[in-house]
Amino acid sequence: MYYFAQQLINGIVLGSIYGLIAIGYTMVYGIVGMINFAHGDIFMIGGFIAMISFLILVSLGLTAVPVILLIMLLVSMAITALYGWTVERIAYRPLRHSFRLAPMLSAIGMSFVLINYSQIAQGARVKPVPPIITGGYSLLESEGFVVRLSNVQVVVVIATIVLLAIFTWLVSRTRLGRDMRACEQDQTMAALLGVDVDRTISMTFVIGAALAAVAGMMYLLYYGLVDFFMGFVAGIKAFTAAVLGGIGSLPGAMLGGLLIGLIETFWSAYFSVEYKDVAAFSILIVVLIFLPTGLLGRPEVEKV
Amino acid sequence: MTSTTPELTSTPELTQAPRLPGVAFILKKALISAFVALVLFSLMIGVRTEAGPTGQLIYWTRFGDLAALVVAVFGGSIVVELLRQWWGRPGAVRTLPPPVQRAFDLAGRAIPPLLLIFALLVPVIFYNQRYILDLGILVLTYVMLGWGLNVVVGLAGLLDLGYVAFYAVGAYSYALLSTTFGLSFWTCLPLAGILAAFWGVLLGFPVLRLRGDYLAIVTLAFGEIIRLVIINWQSLTGGPNGISAIPRPSFFGIPLTPGDDGLAARLGIEFSPTHRIVFLFYVILALALLTNWVTIRLRRLPIGRAWEALREDEVACRALGINTTTTKLSAFATGAMFGGFAGAFFATRQGFISPESFTFQESALVLAIVVLGGMGSQLGVALAALTLIGGFELFRGFDQYRMLVFGMAMVLLMIWRPRGLIGHRAPTVFLKHSQAISSELAREGRG
Repeated sequence: MYYFAQQLINGIVLGSIYGLIAIGYTMVYGIVGMINFAHGDIFMIGGFIAMISFLILVSLGLTAVPVILLIMLLVSMAITALYGWTVERIAYRPLRHSFRLAPMLSAIGMSFVLINYSQIAQGARVKPVPPIITGGYSLLESEGFVVRLSNVQVVVVIATIVLLAIFTWLVSRTRLGRDMRACEQDQTMAALLGVDVDRTISMTFVIGAALAAVAGMMYLLYYGLVDFFMGFVAGIKAFTAAVLGGIGSLPGAMLGGLLIGLIETFWSAYFSVEYKDVAAFSILIVVLIFLPTGLLGRPEVEKV
Repeated sequence: MTSTTPELTSTPELTQAPRLPGVAFILKKALISAFVALVLFSLMIGVRTEAGPTGQLIYWTRFGDLAALVVAVFGGSIVVELLRQWWGRPGAVRTLPPPVQRAFDLAGRAIPPLLLIFALLVPVIFYNQRYILDLGILVLTYVMLGWGLNVVVGLAGLLDLGYVAFYAVGAYSYALLSTTFGLSFWTCLPLAGILAAFWGVLLGFPVLRLRGDYLAIVTLAFGEIIRLVIINWQSLTGGPNGISAIPRPSFFGIPLTPGDDGLAARLGIEFSPTHRIVFLFYVILALALLTNWVTIRLRRLPIGRAWEALREDEVACRALGINTTTTKLSAFATGAMFGGFAGAFFATRQGFISPESFTFQESALVLAIVVLGGMGSQLGVALAALTLIGGFELFRGFDQYRMLVFGMAMVLLMIWRPRGLIGHRAPTVFLKHSQAISSELAREGRG
């Protein structure tokens, strides 16, 4: 029971990270109708930038942890967002009227570029970071087993909730959000009504990349390391989350992320750690076969 | 998705300045690019981190590299903009004058036989150059993989990102069958193909209803599952250590060894290790040609026609009464079978296999060969394999930049020549006279 509660906490934290990445997939798919294959690597870049800015901040003599965290968050969100923008500008925008698989192939190429770029720039070895947020609470305790909730986990979940709230407000209440929803429905009509379609699509990538940067930083805080290849598997899992929640649906992406996080954690806890990725990938296949629209998605109407 | 013309959306500078944009515009654009590059590279290039001797991360700055890169982006941006002006408006239709067109046609007809003769003569010409022979075997392996994947991607239009899974199934089938049961290469080769085809059908069933990019992701997941199972099922596959001491192929029962019963001794010639390399070269050449021949024959059968129809439009295909289930499954099975053959050959050539040889990178490389070759063109795939693998060999000294360049090339290829370098699809059925569809006009169906 206590073991279960502990796994539940771990799973929710992991799921928050997946959910943040999944939102980027789902938004881009909703608007442009493509799988942004390089999104997982944008997440990895976000983790790297958070790690580097942390090192610089510490060496500058900053000791107040909340200040460090805030600056790390802002820096990695800003720079990673620019990465997202650049990727869209270079690799996807020229292909907007190409045949359907072209953006996908271009995205695969971009993913290779990002992976190898960070490998060349920062070396192939894993980058460990000392624990930034320490301490925690013991929630329940009996028979020598303690259910712990660490401060890192609290920070990850709270940051996720706050950012999701801001983001939901952005999409549902602002001009930009309205433009995004308009482009999602009909780009031609939106363009005729004065919506700058290119700008809106760019902003979608920027927001997705910023959220991925948050996820990257949370990953860094939670696991205490980054490496250049971490975006690949995390990206596929987050994509699974987006599909599970119903691609195109924002609450769905978060729900899917949580589910994938929980499934992965419980699978590791009760079955086998080695096969946890196999489990996640199998879920992707099973969901696409039996539930192609996901949990909260709308069915896709096939037009001839 | 949208019907706005490319000029309106993708190149705003054209709408702002209908004639040639001036120097100020180019400079402004280059400055913006340089600024973006500065921000992008500021932390990733300007600061280098590494785990120090105590495990603590240390960092040092590389502002020189950062400055050089930013300047390079600034210059590159100007060059690209000038090139774009010199090249003219994107999307402009260029037609070749008839004599040039005829010359191209002639070259197109002459290249395949010449290439084949050259391939047959390679072991004779380069007999003493082991390196060239090894490279030739590598290129031919990728030609075969490319032709195999071409059935799935190029003919049937199903984007498969997990092709390496079948390569792995073939390789592990041969390795396990030969090391545990002592079966010979020539017995295992068909078995490896059949097993791989079986896995192809197994993958095909669940993805029947999926299209385009969903299909791509599922096949990718499938490829990863196979690799992860190989890594973790240690008792069967040896896990990350792989399988070693895989038997070498024999010349139809006669081993290629220096012993008394070896081929060299029986023919009464002096033994040389090159014999085996030459033999392997001809084996893979024969396998590749078999793949090519089967594909060309299949294209003329109803099933091949159904594949091409499926590629062009799945809905129309179903409306015409084509059974899309069997069509897709047969495409997957055929492609997978050739992948399995190539895998068995790979295992016997290397003598050692491990999961590291079957990563997603391999799938992407084979896919890039098919795309570069123009999706569906047999000659194109062969030339693309030659170009890519040869290019990789040229970049061997710059190992870490190889995949970076590869990724960039893939993006640029999609922007400039989305239909590949030899980008036209010749229909195999035509009324009265054959009419090649130019790459720019051929419109993709769905996925």
